[in-house]
Amino acid sequence: MTKTILNVTGLTKNFGGIKAIDNVDLDIKPGEIVALIGPNGAGKTTFFNCLTGIYTPSSGDIVLCHPNSEKEIRLNGMKPNKITEQGMARTFQNIRLFPTMSVLENVMIGRHCRTHSLILGAIFRGSATRREEREIVDMSYEILIKVGLQKEVNEEARNLSYGAQRRLEIARALATEPFLLLLDEPAAGMNPNETEDLVGLIKTICGEGQSILLIEHDMKLVMSLSDRIFVMDYGKKIAQGTPEEVRANPAVIKAYLGEDVDA
Amino acid sequence: MFPVKELKRSFLISIWFSFLTFPIMVIKVDAIERVVSWRWENMFFIAFGSFFISILTKVYFLRKERRTGRKKVNRELTEAFMQRILREPRFLYPLSLAVLLFALLFPALFSTYQTNIMTTALMYVVLGLGLNVVVGVAGLLDLGYVAFYAVGAYSYALLNLYFDMGFWAVLPLGGLFAAFLGIMLGFPVLRLRGDYLAIVTLGFGEIIRLVLENWSAFSQGPSGIANIPRPGFFGMEMSFDSGIVYIYYIVVALVVFTIFVVNRLQDSRLGRAWLALREDEIACQAMGIDKTRTKLIAFSLGAFWAGLVGVIFAAKTTFVNPASFTFLESAIILSIVVLGGMGSIVGVIFGALILILMPEYLRALSEYRMLAFGGILVVMMVFKPDGIISNVRRSYRFKKQPAKDVIE
Repeated sequence: MTKTILNVTGLTKNFGGIKAIDNVDLDIKPGEIVALIGPNGAGKTTFFNCLTGIYTPSSGDIVLCHPNSEKEIRLNGMKPNKITEQGMARTFQNIRLFPTMSVLENVMIGRHCRTHSLILGAIFRGSATRREEREIVDMSYEILIKVGLQKEVNEEARNLSYGAQRRLEIARALATEPFLLLLDEPAAGMNPNETEDLVGLIKTICGEGQSILLIEHDMKLVMSLSDRIFVMDYGKKIAQGTPEEVRANPAVIKAYLGEDVDA
Repeated sequence: MFPVKELKRSFLISIWFSFLTFPIMVIKVDAIERVVSWRWENMFFIAFGSFFISILTKVYFLRKERRTGRKKVNRELTEAFMQRILREPRFLYPLSLAVLLFALLFPALFSTYQTNIMTTALMYVVLGLGLNVVVGVAGLLDLGYVAFYAVGAYSYALLNLYFDMGFWAVLPLGGLFAAFLGIMLGFPVLRLRGDYLAIVTLGFGEIIRLVLENWSAFSQGPSGIANIPRPGFFGMEMSFDSGIVYIYYIVVALVVFTIFVVNRLQDSRLGRAWLALREDEIACQAMGIDKTRTKLIAFSLGAFWAGLVGVIFAAKTTFVNPASFTFLESAIILSIVVLGGMGSIVGVIFGALILILMPEYLRALSEYRMLAFGGILVVMMVFKPDGIISNVRRSYRFKKQPAKDVIE
C-alpha cells in the first residue's frame, strides 16, 4: 500500500537567473491530505503551476499514477487541459471563476473534459447529445449539493460571497473527476465559520478517496487537516513530515520567525 | 434642479464645437472671385445647437439615474421588456413566424429594387452572425473577417471560370475553403490575445486582398472576374427580376439556417466552452478545455459562414474584384456585431438591418447621408453602449429543485 499517486523528483524552475523552485521532491499517497506551506514568495504557487502545466519545469520529473492502475504518466510539458484529463484538478489562489456565468454553468464547464459532443452534436442535438447534457446538469447539481451551493444554483457566480466563490471553485474542480485535488490557499480571506465549513468539505472529499494537496497559510487548518506537511522556503524544500514533526523542526521555525538574533 | 456645473460644461462643449467646425462652417473661400466670405451666423447656430443637445443628453442621463435609484424593479421590467419577449417561447415563436412570413412575402410586396437592397442587408445579417460566433461569443477580435468573405467569392468566381462549376456545387465548397483557411490561419495566430490577434488578423485580411490584386495570372488582378453566372434553378432560364427574387429567397434560407445553427451552438457544450474561454483562459485550461481547439472551431465556423456569403455575393453581383474586400468591409461587419449587441443573435440581425439599410434610406438626405449615418451611430453608442439588444443568453436554469430548497 505504499503506492504513490504523485511523485515529484528534483523539480526545478528557473525564471531567468532566479531559481523559483530548486530541486524539490514531493510525493502523495492515495487518500492523503498533504499540505505545502512556507512563507510568502517561497515558490508554492509556482510549484502548483508547474504541476498543472501552466509553467513548464526547467528540470525534474512529475509522475502521476492513477490509484486504480499501474500506468505512470510523466506530466512534464503536457498542456494544462491534458493534465486535468489525467485526473489532477486545481483551484486558484486568486479566484478564477467565470463571473458572468451561473453557478451551475461554472460547474458544467468542469464536466467539459469528461464529455464529447462537438459541432454536429450541438447542431443536430441527437439523443446521445441530449443524454450527455442531462448527465452534465445532474452531476453538476449533485456536486453543488456536496459543497452546499444548491440554493445559489442559478445565481451569477460574481454575486456569490467570497467563501461561496471559493467553494464553487472546488466544486468546479471536482466536476472534472480528479483523484488528486490541488487547492491553492482555499481558506484565504474566509471568516472562521466559512473556514470550518471548508475543513468539513475537504474531509468529505478526502473521505471519498480523493487525495488533496493544499497550499495554506492558516496554520490551524493545516495542522488539523494534513497527514503530512512539506515546507518550502526560497524555492527549496526545508522540511517534511507529520504536523508534529514539522512544528518542532528548527528550520521551519527559523523560516517563519527569522534568524535568532543575539540581544 | 439642473446643476450649474453641468450648464458650464455644456457651454464649454458648445464653444469647443464652434471652434472645431469653424473652418468648414464659417470660412468659405470662393476660388474664382478670390474672396473669403465669413458666415458668422453658422457659428451661432452650431454653438446654440450643440449647447442644447448637450443639455438634453445630460437631462436624459440625470433622469435615468434618478429612476434607477428610485424604482429599481420598475426599471428592470422596462429594460427587460425586449429580453422577456425573446425568452418566452409563447411570444418568441409567433413573433419569429410573423417576421419569417413578412420576409417571404417581401418580394411580392415591394419592388425589385427594394428586394435587392434587402438581399444585401440579409447577407450582412449572415456575415454578422458568423462574426458574432468569433467576436461576440468566443471573444476573439477578428479584424480580417472580410478575407474569408473574399475566399468564398473568389472560389465561386475561379471554380466557375476554370472548371465551369455551378453555384450549388461551389456553395458548400466556398464555405469549406474559407473554414479551412480559418484553421490554417488560426493555428499560428490564435495563441495571441486581444490587440495582437486583432492586428494579425487585420494584416491577414490585407494580405488576401493584395494577393488577389497582384496575382493577375490567377485572379485577373484588379480588373476582377466578370460574367459569373447567377444561381441556376434546375436548369431553368430566369429573367433578371425573377433572378433577384430567387437569390433573395436563397439568402433568406441561409439566414434561417444560420440562426438555427448559431443558436444551437451557443446553447451547447461547445458554446459554454467559448463563453468560459472569453472570461478566463487559464481557468478554462485548468478545467480541461483545449484552448487551441475550441478557439479554432470558433474561428473556422465564423469563416465558414463568410465563405458561404462570399459565394452568394459573387453570384448576386456576377462580378468580383479585390476592391469589394477592403478593410472597410470588415469594419462594417464588426460594427454590426458591436452595434447590435455582442453575442446576441437578435441584436446582430437588427444591427445589420440598421447599418445596411439606413444608408440606403437616408439617400433622401443626399449629400448629408453619411454625416447623418455617423451621427446616428454615435447617438446609439452613447445611449445603448451594450448594443441595441444586449445579449439574452439562455443560462441554464435548474428547475428540479428539491422541496426543502423552495421554501425561501
